[in-house]
Amino acid sequence: MRIRLEPRKAQSPAALYGAPVAAIALTMLTGMVLFTLMGFRGGTAVFEIFIEPLLEPERWPDIAVKASPLVMIATGLAIGFRANVWNIGAEGQYIVGAIAGTGVALATYGVDGWWVLPLMLLASIIGGAAWAAIPAILRIRLKVSEILTSLMLTYVALQLLYYLVRGPWRDPEGYNFPQTRMFDEAQTMPNLLEGTQLHAGVLLTLIAVLIAWFVMSRTLSGYQVRVVGLAPMAARLGGFSEKRTVMMTMLVSGALAGLAGLIECSATFGQLTPQFPVNYGFTAIIVAFLGRLHPIGVLVGGVALATSYIGADIAQTASALPQAATGLIQAMMLFFLLGVDILVVNRVRLRPSLAQHAP
Amino acid sequence: MAVILDRRTLLAGAGATAALPHLDARALAADPLKVGFLYVGPVGDFGYTHAHDVARKKTQDFYGDKIKTNYVENVPEGPDAERVLRQLAQEGNALIFATSFGFMNATAKVAKALPKVYFEHATGYMRGPNLATYNARFYEGRAVIGTIAGMMSKTGVGGYVASFPIPEVVMGINCFMLAARKVNPKFQTKVLWLSTWYDPAKEADAAKALADQGADIITQHTDSPAPLQVCEQKGLYGFGQASDMSSIAPKAHLTAIVDNWAPYYIGRVKAVMDGTWKTGDTWWGLKQDTVQIAPYNAAMPDNVKKAADEVKNAIIAGTLHPVTGPVTDNKGTQRLKDGEKATDEMLEKMDWYVEGVQS
Amino acid sequence: MSLDIAISVVMTLVIAATPILLAGLGELVAEKSGVLNLGVEGMMLVGAVAGFISASLTGFTPLGYAVAGLAGLCASLLFAALALTLGANQVATGLALTIFGTGLSSLAGAGFVGTTITRLPALFPPALAGHPILRLVFGYDVIVYLSVALTLAATWFLNHTRSGLILRSVGESDASAHAIGYPVTAIRYLAVAFGGALAGLAGAYYSLAVTPMWADRITAGRGWIALALVVFSSWRPWRLLLGAYIFGAVMTLELYSKAAGFALLPPEMLAMLPYLATVVALAVIAMRPSRGRLDAPRCLGKTFRAGA
Repeated sequence: MRIRLEPRKAQSPAALYGAPVAAIALTMLTGMVLFTLMGFRGGTAVFEIFIEPLLEPERWPDIAVKASPLVMIATGLAIGFRANVWNIGAEGQYIVGAIAGTGVALATYGVDGWWVLPLMLLASIIGGAAWAAIPAILRIRLKVSEILTSLMLTYVALQLLYYLVRGPWRDPEGYNFPQTRMFDEAQTMPNLLEGTQLHAGVLLTLIAVLIAWFVMSRTLSGYQVRVVGLAPMAARLGGFSEKRTVMMTMLVSGALAGLAGLIECSATFGQLTPQFPVNYGFTAIIVAFLGRLHPIGVLVGGVALATSYIGADIAQTASALPQAATGLIQAMMLFFLLGVDILVVNRVRLRPSLAQHAP
Repeated sequence: MAVILDRRTLLAGAGATAALPHLDARALAADPLKVGFLYVGPVGDFGYTHAHDVARKKTQDFYGDKIKTNYVENVPEGPDAERVLRQLAQEGNALIFATSFGFMNATAKVAKALPKVYFEHATGYMRGPNLATYNARFYEGRAVIGTIAGMMSKTGVGGYVASFPIPEVVMGINCFMLAARKVNPKFQTKVLWLSTWYDPAKEADAAKALADQGADIITQHTDSPAPLQVCEQKGLYGFGQASDMSSIAPKAHLTAIVDNWAPYYIGRVKAVMDGTWKTGDTWWGLKQDTVQIAPYNAAMPDNVKKAADEVKNAIIAGTLHPVTGPVTDNKGTQRLKDGEKATDEMLEKMDWYVEGVQS
Repeated sequence: MSLDIAISVVMTLVIAATPILLAGLGELVAEKSGVLNLGVEGMMLVGAVAGFISASLTGFTPLGYAVAGLAGLCASLLFAALALTLGANQVATGLALTIFGTGLSSLAGAGFVGTTITRLPALFPPALAGHPILRLVFGYDVIVYLSVALTLAATWFLNHTRSGLILRSVGESDASAHAIGYPVTAIRYLAVAFGGALAGLAGAYYSLAVTPMWADRITAGRGWIALALVVFSSWRPWRLLLGAYIFGAVMTLELYSKAAGFALLPPEMLAMLPYLATVVALAVIAMRPSRGRLDAPRCLGKTFRAGA
């Protein structure tokens, strides 16, 4: 018997939207069994990870703040993924965006003006896009896989960050601690809700999602991206340039990642530190897939993943669940989604083995 | 099945009290005082975070069911720290220990927003009415191991595997060197900066490099026991960091500077219970048993043990300050006059090295 | 630099290079079959913890390596099931595997922190292994020689055997390989499993040889370096060996030069080098007018579906 997957002729909407729900349900079930076997109260722990943060209004701003960079990066990545452009170096673009914005911040230190923060944001957009342009150009000109180059450049960006905060940008009054000085008032993203971390960057993320949704579903550019991804041959016949699409999607995803980096840097850290990158650029890839590469889906996926981060901290204090369990849960969530997803798009057929040529 | 496994947890005692859900805790006659801990690393690092967690468990055992401690591990320094601090406070922790320097800004911010909760920040300098700081005089322990190194080294060269040139590390190097030179005026210390707190393979290679440069005794200010393993393999001597690491290198491990935060934690919990908690800056050392010297290796001759004990006892008695003039730095500038003792302020800002340090 | 130190430097760099070479070799074979598995770091950690636990419980270190290889293989099968059988995106699945392996290893190893095991002895008798000069060649444990032997074997397999040719053709054009009648998915399964086993072995080299202990995230990101080196080597095993040794040399020399009191370059610049070199190497290869038969497999990272 052989297992075969065959594309379904028509996708049922129920299956389409039901799949992520099923994936999360399966994750919860597996988590429950696993944690119980490990000697914890499995049901309680899973409830704390997935449900409790959603029931407590105090946690909502936390979810928004945690989801914000993930959603912003993933929104850009999803556009590229749709066009078969695999930018997996968003982490690097996130870092370079923050570096560019911090450069402006350090240069304008003590300058009070409404234009300082917008200038920092602009610098981060340019920085992130420029970092993404390198793999884009290499792919367009030399056909070098952007998967490999964008990944490699992430580590270059990380070392660049280390170099700057340990060397030229180190806070002169910071006792040699490897970090820049604190940003001043004019360089900090405004807070939206006293007593929480909720900041204006969350609004920018929502705006980015809405624009992406509009562009992807209502404009010719969005159509072009989808056609290039689904049917490159047809796109060429239709006069759509693949090169332009590659460049455009890489620049957009790099720009959004860079912007997310600076927002995180300015709104929540208030300075550039070596601890600032925490793999949001990689986690966002998972968010993009959780969101089925759709802007609104990405928003939901980002919130789901952020909830699991925050819930995992609750489970640590309430159920003494080790932090490492979070990683397992998040990986499982994606494993199940990828698995279930395939069954939405395809049907499983069992067939008797066919005669094969001997290899 | 769940019941049996949960009982096993209780019997094993592993986090048994921490596993009690909120409701059970409230049902007890008197509410236990909730004490929260924020860790930067995993409790399984066998170094810095491990030591804090050992102290947490001791504190829990000391008070039994009068308190309930809980912790969140692997918290990234930055917005996540701020979020988890708020979460710990909202979960009813009346006293919260933030155990890493990098949590400083977050702790200061949350302490200001939540004036009714007591916060304690390790190794920082920002204080407030409800935010105290604490640190340990590890440099006192460095004076003890410096004495041992000076007497045990045949080549007269010590290796020092170091992380970042921040005052905490610099003062340790200087105390080690000053003590070693007292017993061997020609002693030299080679410092190797790794720009990381934790990378076992790199730490091991650094120890090898130092050994090949003639160092026959190696000390470290990084977190993994890897340098000690190199000593064990090469037949050299070394010292444990933060915990007694003799189980990893029984022959090489002469002693260790053990972080014992328990006396401080127990005292501060009592202060909250009695209503006598006050802010301040506590810097305890050998005298208060916050810094401990692990049992000596049998390989140490009696005269070395005696000399080490003398230094230790003199520091405890207050008759010896590890940094007492005349002290000249390695560029030839006199830093302390004859008989002059380094002030705490000088130590906290130290960014120069004493004579004989090569870094 | 005296001869003694020079020998010591070389021996240190060989040990630093060995696990990266092993993990890279496994990934190279997987990539030649057209599969990009970004889960190397995760598989290494799973191997590292499984190897340490079994060596620790039995006191028999060779068993540790065997179990580590097996554990890495099992982890890679998880990847294969999703990415090959179900056709899930390889990049996302690989990343999830790394997250999974990091979490799993941390949970499994929690009870073994602070313990150690006995390293494997040098393969050759002490007269050779302990000789002041001959130790340069004879002073290593069996895994080091195994890594070189596997490099040789992989070269031979990929270039001079029929199976190797088939594996490459699957990576170059899965559709034509399928049309000829080769079982594309089965071949990729084997390649991915081989990669997983070697990654597990590589991880165990950290927990059983480089620093014989268990500590969280003991591989500290070396899996990503292995991935970079595969690309840097332009998918040739011998160049991978060279790349791993150059990498080991740069890292070791940095420490030795600093210990001797001078710095070559800012450490961050040095750490950046392997990745920058990889990007440059990719560009240079691509600029050559005729692309060799051993360059980037054309189907790398693309999902294959029979009948699609």
